[in-house]
Amino acid sequence: MNIPSNIITLIAGIILTMISLWYGQNHGLMPVAASEEATQVDALFNLMVTIACGLFLIVQGTLIFCVLKFRRKKGDTTDGPPIEGNIPLEIVWTAIPTIIVFVLSIYSFEIYNNMGGLDPMASMASHHSPAQHHHHEPMLAMTGEQSQLSLGIGDSPDENSNSPVYVDVNGIQYAWIFNYTDSGIVSGELRVPVKHPVHLNLKAGDVIHAFWLPEFRLKQDAIPGKDTTLVFTPTRIGEYPIICAELCGAYHGGMKSRLYVLSESDYEKWLQENIMAQSAQEANTVAISTAEMSDAEYLAPYAQEMGVNQEIITQLRPIQ
Amino acid sequence: MTEAISTTKQRKWQDYFTFCTDHKVIGIQYLVSSFFFYFIGGIFAEIMRTELATPDPDVVSPELYNQLLTLHGTIMIFLWIVPAAAGFANYLIPLMVGAEDMAFPRLNALAFWINPPAGVLLLSSFFVGAPQSGWTSYPPLSLLSGKWGEEFWILSILLIGTSSILGAINFVTTILKMRIPEMDIHSMPLFCWAMLASSALALLSTPVLAAALVLLSFDLIVGTSFFNPAGGGDPIVYQHLFWFYSHPAVYIMILPFFGIISEVLPVHSRKPIFGYRAIAYSSLAISFLGLIVWAHHMFTSGTPGWLRMFFMATTMLIAVPTGIKIFSWCATLWGGKLNLNTSLLFGIGFVSSFLIGGLSGVMIASVPFDIHVHDTYFIVAHFHYVLFGGSVLGLYAGVYHWFPKMTGRMVNETLGKIHFAMSFIGLNITFLPMHELGLMGMNRRIALYDIEFQPLNLIATIGSYILAASTIPFIINVIWSLNKGKQAERNPWRALTLEWQTSSPPAIENFSETPVLWSGPYEYGIDSEPRDSDSIRDLLAEVASEG
Repeated sequence: MNIPSNIITLIAGIILTMISLWYGQNHGLMPVAASEEATQVDALFNLMVTIACGLFLIVQGTLIFCVLKFRRKKGDTTDGPPIEGNIPLEIVWTAIPTIIVFVLSIYSFEIYNNMGGLDPMASMASHHSPAQHHHHEPMLAMTGEQSQLSLGIGDSPDENSNSPVYVDVNGIQYAWIFNYTDSGIVSGELRVPVKHPVHLNLKAGDVIHAFWLPEFRLKQDAIPGKDTTLVFTPTRIGEYPIICAELCGAYHGGMKSRLYVLSESDYEKWLQENIMAQSAQEANTVAISTAEMSDAEYLAPYAQEMGVNQEIITQLRPIQ
Repeated sequence: MTEAISTTKQRKWQDYFTFCTDHKVIGIQYLVSSFFFYFIGGIFAEIMRTELATPDPDVVSPELYNQLLTLHGTIMIFLWIVPAAAGFANYLIPLMVGAEDMAFPRLNALAFWINPPAGVLLLSSFFVGAPQSGWTSYPPLSLLSGKWGEEFWILSILLIGTSSILGAINFVTTILKMRIPEMDIHSMPLFCWAMLASSALALLSTPVLAAALVLLSFDLIVGTSFFNPAGGGDPIVYQHLFWFYSHPAVYIMILPFFGIISEVLPVHSRKPIFGYRAIAYSSLAISFLGLIVWAHHMFTSGTPGWLRMFFMATTMLIAVPTGIKIFSWCATLWGGKLNLNTSLLFGIGFVSSFLIGGLSGVMIASVPFDIHVHDTYFIVAHFHYVLFGGSVLGLYAGVYHWFPKMTGRMVNETLGKIHFAMSFIGLNITFLPMHELGLMGMNRRIALYDIEFQPLNLIATIGSYILAASTIPFIINVIWSLNKGKQAERNPWRALTLEWQTSSPPAIENFSETPVLWSGPYEYGIDSEPRDSDSIRDLLAEVASEG
């Protein structure tokens, strides 16, 4: 066998390791990380990219080397060396992947646990106690029992001092509707204060949808007849896409919304404005006879509230 | 010097359209009909890629787009890769074990003839409104979007599933019971090991899919509520039953091609396979582990946390037997005398691109990461590297390797190499950008997307056109070689497995007499004297004249 000298192997190994380490940190393949947990998932991803990059270079390098170096000479009809195996080598390349997947499993387990994925009940409970003082509770009592089936995420203990925001999320073809259980606000977009745990209770009205926040590395299916939970704590003010990730019909691609992470004061301001708007509108409803209004007039305030406007409707409609 | 071709009767072209029980005819029937469906599934893919060249849904309506993606997936899985693998298995297993035919020839013919009506049924769903809920067909969506299209889809899959079970019974029995007496289980070709593992999976898991689809059908037609939440049913149960088959299905689709690669690499690099037993047993290990990983498709479906951890660990473990195979193939090439013909190029291309699918596969086994990329283009990239970079390249490696045996003609190597180059480049241009698309936030199964994703989508679309064009040199090559190709000898590759001991194409009952096992399947370079084709031919003639 034509084994390169030890020195060349060593140099190649060092170069390969350096490339892998560099690429693992600089692949630039992930969008912004907008929560503490997203950063942890990225660290896991970077490690996996580093390992994958190393293995990729070893195997592809071997293949290219073989193609260049071990090509049959013209007119040579003899066979190669009759090597049928090498037990120590085979043990090594069985053991190394075993160790790698063992490490990756434990690391993934650790991160998943940090995200609160293993024990959504505990994360529920920890939010329960401060929430008990709140006037609004019945929603939680109902979901508590079902949350064994669901995912609770974003349970960093030091942030628990901030009061959580509870939102009921309803997925329907082809929109997300957000219902703030504490204030009664209904909206088509999700607004939350930064550094407060956000506690989403996901429902689906018709078919299965999936609530995906790419910048938070979070996804949870919304399943008809079965509530699921998603808990996270945003750490970065900004505007982020909310995407439906489970095929839900023809306009699945148009089922999108926005998540606005606001500063605490901006959030309070928004909350007050909307509570006022809501009550003002309730007053209107009493004053105005709905029978005299056209459908469009009647629905206009609701549409505005849900963030539905002409533009979104055009997007949803087929072009042809 | 022309080879003395045995004067035994050859098949006429008409035979290929009959209920013929000859395993070689059935093998060709499977291969040709599956290629026909590959062509249709490919057209659907090209329409989708054309649609995705721009962010707006401007080429086809979103409804039609969903019909195309449903049928693209279904056709490529159930009417292309699975039956193409069955085609190789039918053609090769009896020849490799030295048998006259399969154990149950009539069952075998029946298994094939179930497929064409199933395919026609599936395609005719366009007349009643094709299914729109993806090849996964999750309720309640599948119960709400077009009753008859969905029902056609269910019936078609039930037929193909039946065919697959009948085929698997035949493969297992033939491999275990019909080997010539000298061939013990550790001297049979690795393709047979791979088919043993793959058939075991088909036998154990296909009935579960059938059960799920029958229940789904009840929900659809008579309004029961097994899976329909509107009547108290549980849609998640369907997902469990579906993936209990459909994850093993991935291994049913890749294991046969692992087997083909294990045949192709040693022959053309003139070296024994490295680690025969490790490769053989790793197929069985993959088969076993393949049965206990299904819920990794459901990490966001509300699966309990501890269960997600279990399925993460088992899924990651599959990397070990798969890694053994990849390293063993590399070691087989290492130090060999590589005859870089089209077959070997496809074989090396298989290892290279399957590796990428394998590496991304370990990543998505990790629950925290999968939660981010589930149902995105990252997944689309992953399974196309496995099923196109793996299965399809492996399939072509097999076609180029056994074409001389099946047809008695050599292929044109120049056209073959053009085919390889275009496939390999096209596949990487198409599917590599999809990894980034998925990570950055593009979900799958959408006809319209954000404008920020357009550049990478356009690259993928261009790549898919290269892939489409790559089949042109292949088709020309096949037609030209069938008519004008150089006559193939018995054993043009100087290979050691038994199928090369008979004429090309083999006589109707394969061997004029029971073949003699004069070496292990991969014992290249064991004889000190060079084995050129003359000496092999002399030896074979000697073997043939004995008795």
